[in-house]
Amino acid sequence: MSNAMTLPQQPAKEQAAPKQRGYWGSVGYRLRYDPVTVFFGCVVLAIILAAVFAPLLAPFDPYKESIIGRLKPMGWKGHLLGTDELGRDLLSRLLYGGQVSLLMGVVPVAIATVVGGSLGIIGGFGGRRVNTAIMRTMDVFYAFPSVLLAVAISGAMGGGAANGMIALSMVFTPAMCRVAETATAQVKNLDFVEAARATGAGTLTILRYHILGNVLGPVFIYASSLVSVGILLASGLSFLGLGVKPPTADWGLMLSTLRQSIYINPAICALPGVAILVASVSFNLLSDGIRSAMDVRL
Amino acid sequence: MINIFLRRLMYAVPIAFGVSVVCFSLVYLAPGDPLQTILPADASADTIAMVKAAYGFDQPLPIQFLKWLGRVMVGDFGQSIATRRPVILEVSGALYNTSVLALFAVPIAFSSGFSMGAIAGCFPGKWIDRILTGSAVLGVSLPNYWFGIVLVIFFAVEAMVLPATGMGANGSDQFSVLRWSDAQYLVLPVITLSMVPIGIIARTTRAAVAEVMNQDFVITLRAKGLSEAAVIRHVLKNALPQVLAVMGLQFGYLMGGSILVETVFTWPGSGFLLSKAIINRDVPVLQGTILMLALIFVATNLLVDLLQSWIDPRIRRT
Repeated sequence: MSNAMTLPQQPAKEQAAPKQRGYWGSVGYRLRYDPVTVFFGCVVLAIILAAVFAPLLAPFDPYKESIIGRLKPMGWKGHLLGTDELGRDLLSRLLYGGQVSLLMGVVPVAIATVVGGSLGIIGGFGGRRVNTAIMRTMDVFYAFPSVLLAVAISGAMGGGAANGMIALSMVFTPAMCRVAETATAQVKNLDFVEAARATGAGTLTILRYHILGNVLGPVFIYASSLVSVGILLASGLSFLGLGVKPPTADWGLMLSTLRQSIYINPAICALPGVAILVASVSFNLLSDGIRSAMDVRL
Repeated sequence: MINIFLRRLMYAVPIAFGVSVVCFSLVYLAPGDPLQTILPADASADTIAMVKAAYGFDQPLPIQFLKWLGRVMVGDFGQSIATRRPVILEVSGALYNTSVLALFAVPIAFSSGFSMGAIAGCFPGKWIDRILTGSAVLGVSLPNYWFGIVLVIFFAVEAMVLPATGMGANGSDQFSVLRWSDAQYLVLPVITLSMVPIGIIARTTRAAVAEVMNQDFVITLRAKGLSEAAVIRHVLKNALPQVLAVMGLQFGYLMGGSILVETVFTWPGSGFLLSKAIINRDVPVLQGTILMLALIFVATNLLVDLLQSWIDPRIRRT
């Protein structure tokens, strides 16, 4: 330890690079030389920034309707992407719509990560009975196709953005729980945990310092891969009328209301879907890149 | 094999039971009283109590559940609130229409997804791998409800070569896949449905094949002088159990998860029935459809489990 502290800093720079790096250093190194991941990371950043700063970026009021300016083509009177079926500026609505769509996709993943992750660690670390109780309950929710479960729960609860997010959280929790349980069960019986226990470490200390550190990686990676699914499912729920209520801008809802106008201006009608596709592809590839950079196997 | 079958069945039964508990509780997720839709707003306390007793809502929940389960066992899912028809008739008709779609989407998705993944996995890092893996990511991330609309725009609105929605002039009862005037309605929904499973299966197959390719026995096979085709056959067989698991899931999705695609194409299948039930707040239909679809899903997974242990004897021991 003290040896490393006193080492002179200068000559180290010239030496073979990989040996000097820590874990996160090498993750960063691999990411820097992965142009695909860097590119889609920038796209994700741009999408998030565009949604956050929508009020500053939007050229028009997203709720201002115009009877004479309905379904106009791209570039009409300064409307860069045209107007929707009520004459509202499409670009502005897409920017604002990103807020709801991203939020509805990300929040359930975050909730599921915390709830499912904790349940999985408890299930993996706890005794046989606790494990059976938790994992068999999760298996029941696993027995539903994900779209179906999301639609069933939010449909029964009567729709709405909040109910949609609850439904999606319930869809993601079992999968999250399985990932955390598998990772915990793998680490729990390793020698270093045994050694920690032998030196008198309590359950909480072992969980905090030895289990959590090894479980967070897979859990985080899996959660990041769920964001893309979350955006797709959330927009799907809105598309079915189970998300936010009109006139709120949301990609799925916009796609659903513009669908009636495909015979008038098809190019405009397809645009909200392009936004969903770009967001979901970018999140997916970013997650893939981080996974291979972090060298995590699920 | 019989033993394995019984063991897996023992495992599937409690899950099916749990699934029915979830479906039963769906009614109680709904805001307000489940009887609100039937009762007039000015119903007296006596009438409410009477109707409650008639529907069995005055009894404790576990009793209600067991009675409901008993009726479900004999195929009585109650009556649709919207159409007054028995739910079982609505669901079975819709399931039949969905299975027509699945009949075509399943072979297309499974064969193209598997071959894409197998080719990519055999040449990891090569340009063909990059192209195929890239397309697979696109498939996985595709909002298929949007893709359906785009297909409609291209083939129905612009080119006018295929019909946009529905099941044709003859309706769902006389629908025949052998008549082109009917079968043309299948083309766009089937393509749309296949996209996501193709991506998912291709990704899984690629990962599985690439993993098996790195195992030592492949070197042994090559060292023994087997032809490349024979080596690949061994590799594919070893990758198959993993792929089958995902295929089973995808089959379940195609039978039940196609609600968005069926809504886009107004295809009168199980998914469309669900979205109608949600709009009409038709809880018995919602409950019945979801229960049936989830049970199909459970049965598919059971079948996949058995297939896996049949292909790979190592799985039998766990």
